Amino acid sequence: MSTGWNREEMAARAAQDIPDGSYVNLGIGIPELVAKFVPEGREFIYHTENGMLGMGPPPAEDERDLDLMNAGKKYVTAVPGAAYFHHADSFSMIRGGHIDVCVLGTMQVSANGDIANWSTGAPGAIPAVGGAMDLVQGVKHIFVITQHTTKTGEPKLVEHCSYPLTGPGVVSRIYTDLAVVDVTPAGFRVVELAPGITFEEVESKTGAPILPPG
Amino acid sequence: MIDKEYSSVASAIADIPDGATVMIGGFGASGNPIELIHALIDQGAKDLTVINNNTGNGEVGLAALIGNHQVRKMICSFPRSSQSRVFPELYKAGKIELELVPQGTLAERIRAAGAGIPAFFTPTTVGTILAEDKETRQFDGRTFVMEPWLKADFALIKCETADRLGNLTFNKTARNFNPLMCMAATTTIVQTGKLVARGDIDPERVITPGIFVNRIVEVSDPVHEDILIAEGRSYP
Repeated sequence: MSTGWNREEMAARAAQDIPDGSYVNLGIGIPELVAKFVPEGREFIYHTENGMLGMGPPPAEDERDLDLMNAGKKYVTAVPGAAYFHHADSFSMIRGGHIDVCVLGTMQVSANGDIANWSTGAPGAIPAVGGAMDLVQGVKHIFVITQHTTKTGEPKLVEHCSYPLTGPGVVSRIYTDLAVVDVTPAGFRVVELAPGITFEEVESKTGAPILPPG
Repeated sequence: MIDKEYSSVASAIADIPDGATVMIGGFGASGNPIELIHALIDQGAKDLTVINNNTGNGEVGLAALIGNHQVRKMICSFPRSSQSRVFPELYKAGKIELELVPQGTLAERIRAAGAGIPAFFTPTTVGTILAEDKETRQFDGRTFVMEPWLKADFALIKCETADRLGNLTFNKTARNFNPLMCMAATTTIVQTGKLVARGDIDPERVITPGIFVNRIVEVSDPVHEDILIAEGRSYP
C-alpha cells in the first residue's frame, strides 16, 4: 500500500533544496506552499513579477492593502527590507539571471527537461502565458512540483511533451507525490523515494525511462 | 510656464480618436486608471488597440471598455482570470483580436519604445509556438528571438502623487507597468490621487520624471477594481 507525500510535504521537501540566501520566485498552486517551510537557519527573499522583492504572507482580511498584490493577484504583505520596482526592472531580475530558484507547477515535463505548463493547445482555449516563458529561460534553477500523474492517471513525466512547450531543456529537478526526480543527461533519475513508495511503482507511473537512485 | 494639469478626466482624454493605440497601466486590480478608462467609455472612441497585461475583471474599467465594443485588438500576456468574462466571450465569438506576448517581453518592448530601441533579442519563447515566424540570432552559442518595440499613441496611467511638472510617485505594487508606459506613448495622461506644488516631491523620491508625462488630472479617492466588483458594480 503506497503512501507518498501530500502537497505540503512535497513543498517542504522542495524547500530543503533551496540554498540559504536565495532569491526565489514561486509559481501558483503547490509552489506557493514552499514559503511555509523555510528550513531553520535559512533566509529566502521572495520575488513577485508585478514588482516586489521581500513578499510576505497574506494579510488578515481587515489589514489588506489594495495596492499590495502578488502576481497571482492575491493580497500579500511586505517583509522588512522589501523593495518595490516597475515591471521592466522586475523582469530584468528574471531575464538577467538574478533570480536563483523558481518553483513551478506543470502539466508535463519531459526527460530532457522540457516543460509544458501554459496551454493545452486545445482548439478554442484562450491562450494565456503570463511570465512563465520568461521565468523558465531566465532563472538559474527551475524546480517543478507536481503530482506524478494526472487525475485520470496519465503520467506527467513523459518522453516528449504533447502540450505546447513553455521552454525546452530548462527543468533541473522535479518533486512529486512519489519521488524526487532529477533531469540528467541520461534522462530521469530518482533521487529519493517518498515513504512507502517503491522504485517499481514510480517507474510504472512514469511515461519515460527512469533510472533508480544511486 | 509648464502646466500639464487638466481640470477633468473628460477633458484629459477628449482627443483620443477612433483607431488609436492606447496603453493602460495596472496589473490585476492594482494601478488601474479606472476613472480615465470610464471617461474613455463616455467619450466613445472605437476600434482601439489596447495594451495592458490583462483584459480587466468584472464589468468595470478595462473589461467595461472591451464590453462596450470599443476595442478591436488586445495586446497582453494573460487575457483571462477567474473574474474576467467579457474578453473571453468576445474572443470566442471572434469579435476581438489578441496578440499574446510573454509578460517580460511585453514590459521590455514597452521600455524599448520609450528608450528609442527599435528591437532587442531575448531567449524568452525560444523553442515554443510563440517564437514561430520570429527572426532569430545566435549570441555566445545560444539562440535568441528578435522582439520589436511597442509604442502607443496614448497612455492612461494611475499614480499616487504628481506635481504640475509631471513628476510622479506610485504606491507599492500599483507601480507595475505604469512608469514604462509613461515613456512609450506619444501622449501620456496621468490620473493622480494627489496633485502637489512644484518642489513638494523630494527629487530622490521621483519614480517617473515629468519629461515622460503630458497631462495630469487629479482624482482624489480613486475607485479600486476589486471594491467595485465586490459591490457588484458595472459601467456605464
